Amino acid sequence: MSGARCVMDAADVRRAVRRIALELVERTRGGQDVALVGIRTRGEPLAHRIAAELREVEGLEVPVGALDIAMYRDDVFESGSRVAVGQTRLPFDVNDRHIVLVDDVLFTGRTVRAALDALMDWGRPCRIQLAVLVDRGHRELPIQPDYVGMTLSTRVDESVRVRLAETDAGESDRDTVHLVSTPERVAAAERRRT
Amino acid sequence: MTTRRRHLLELASLEAGEITELLDVAESFQDITHRRIKKVPALRGMTVVLLFLEASTRTRTSFELAAKRLSADTLSVSGGTSSVVKGETLVDTARNLAAMSPDIVVLRHRHSGSPHLLARSIDASIVNAGDGGHEHPTQGLLDALTIRRHKGRIEGQRVAIIGDIAHSRVARSNIAALSKLGAEVTVCGPPTMLPQGVEALGCRATSDRDAAIRGADVVMMLRIQKERMTEELFPSDREYALRFGLDRAALGLAKPDVLVMHPGPINRGVELAPDVADGPESVILEQVANGIIVRMAVLYHCAGGAGGDA
Repeated sequence: MSGARCVMDAADVRRAVRRIALELVERTRGGQDVALVGIRTRGEPLAHRIAAELREVEGLEVPVGALDIAMYRDDVFESGSRVAVGQTRLPFDVNDRHIVLVDDVLFTGRTVRAALDALMDWGRPCRIQLAVLVDRGHRELPIQPDYVGMTLSTRVDESVRVRLAETDAGESDRDTVHLVSTPERVAAAERRRT
Repeated sequence: MTTRRRHLLELASLEAGEITELLDVAESFQDITHRRIKKVPALRGMTVVLLFLEASTRTRTSFELAAKRLSADTLSVSGGTSSVVKGETLVDTARNLAAMSPDIVVLRHRHSGSPHLLARSIDASIVNAGDGGHEHPTQGLLDALTIRRHKGRIEGQRVAIIGDIAHSRVARSNIAALSKLGAEVTVCGPPTMLPQGVEALGCRATSDRDAAIRGADVVMMLRIQKERMTEELFPSDREYALRFGLDRAALGLAKPDVLVMHPGPINRGVELAPDVADGPESVILEQVANGIIVRMAVLYHCAGGAGGDA
């Protein structure tokens, strides 16, 4: 595929998830009161994978939730940004929890801002941290991740395309992360339109 | 901000997929009603005018709460207090409101087609909250949602709608929504209350209550609306209750897990026996709760939030 460079394969993704899980144990004093909250859609399977690592490596059971942020976006009604509304599931009390938000790509920081607002409406966590598979830079808000799978330098007009087995089964049965350059993005947008 | 001309005027002209999408969005609002902060910022800064030119308490309060849970500002104008009583026409009233740049106008009016007229007259999204004997789309949606939540699906459900079909906008919206989603709808009422050719809407019609109820998954009773009748359509309340009301014995003909629904307010002892209204099959209060989330979905959709094009 021209214009799309593979930056992580399935093994890289697996290692990144494992490293995040290990760091998380170190930096949360053994994972006490921790709950993982995946930002839908791709943050959700990543949160479950981190939880699976914690269970396997540390024997730690950590609750996992999913947060839908459609109602909290700052671009809900801008043209071309119609977002499907999904379900939020937080099967635990958010109050006084140490929440680790999980997302696939950290870019402008606006998604995380929306997720923070959404989470606060559910209660008052004692602390919120952020774990991302890829930090691609170009923040528009003062938001920084606590756990990063991969730091990628990108141009602002490039896009990072994450495909996970759980969410993108039709397209790819293996995890991949591609850096897609502008012509490819434009072409993909063209294809979607027709 | 550009105003999107998205309206909800009737269910009859929606596709099954659009109805399902609204129900799905409503479903996603369910969690908000169970937390301490029952509000999301989606419609922050938007103005929703509730123009209720016909008596209504529950629909208006339901829309008002829905708008507030989406963080919109609401302005309520009702029949008795507006200049409509001073002889102003609907379009003039609406133009005056339009000068205040509302994003959405929710209209309840006694004449069929008034929301359509309003949609052509002003530059705001119009939501029909009941127009005469035509439609009450959000009621149809909340009933569909209530059935779906209990039965898992609407397709194949046998639904009996009993009462004054001729004067009922609730019946019309329900027939539209439920038949599009694949339910088998039977309407039932005295011959004076069954419009000619009602089958064309996609349902069966009968004046035999027991035949309508037999084997039903859902029995939906309609309110006898004396205010809409211009002549006597049945001899007495007592006779109506005997032949078309729902009591325990008649309900026994339905499936064991039948749902009893009613759009409210109930005429106890006329269309619905009190022990049935308060019985375990009754989901009447759930209908009220589902009304709020369905109206949130409709307002969100009309504001331009999900699906479709402007």
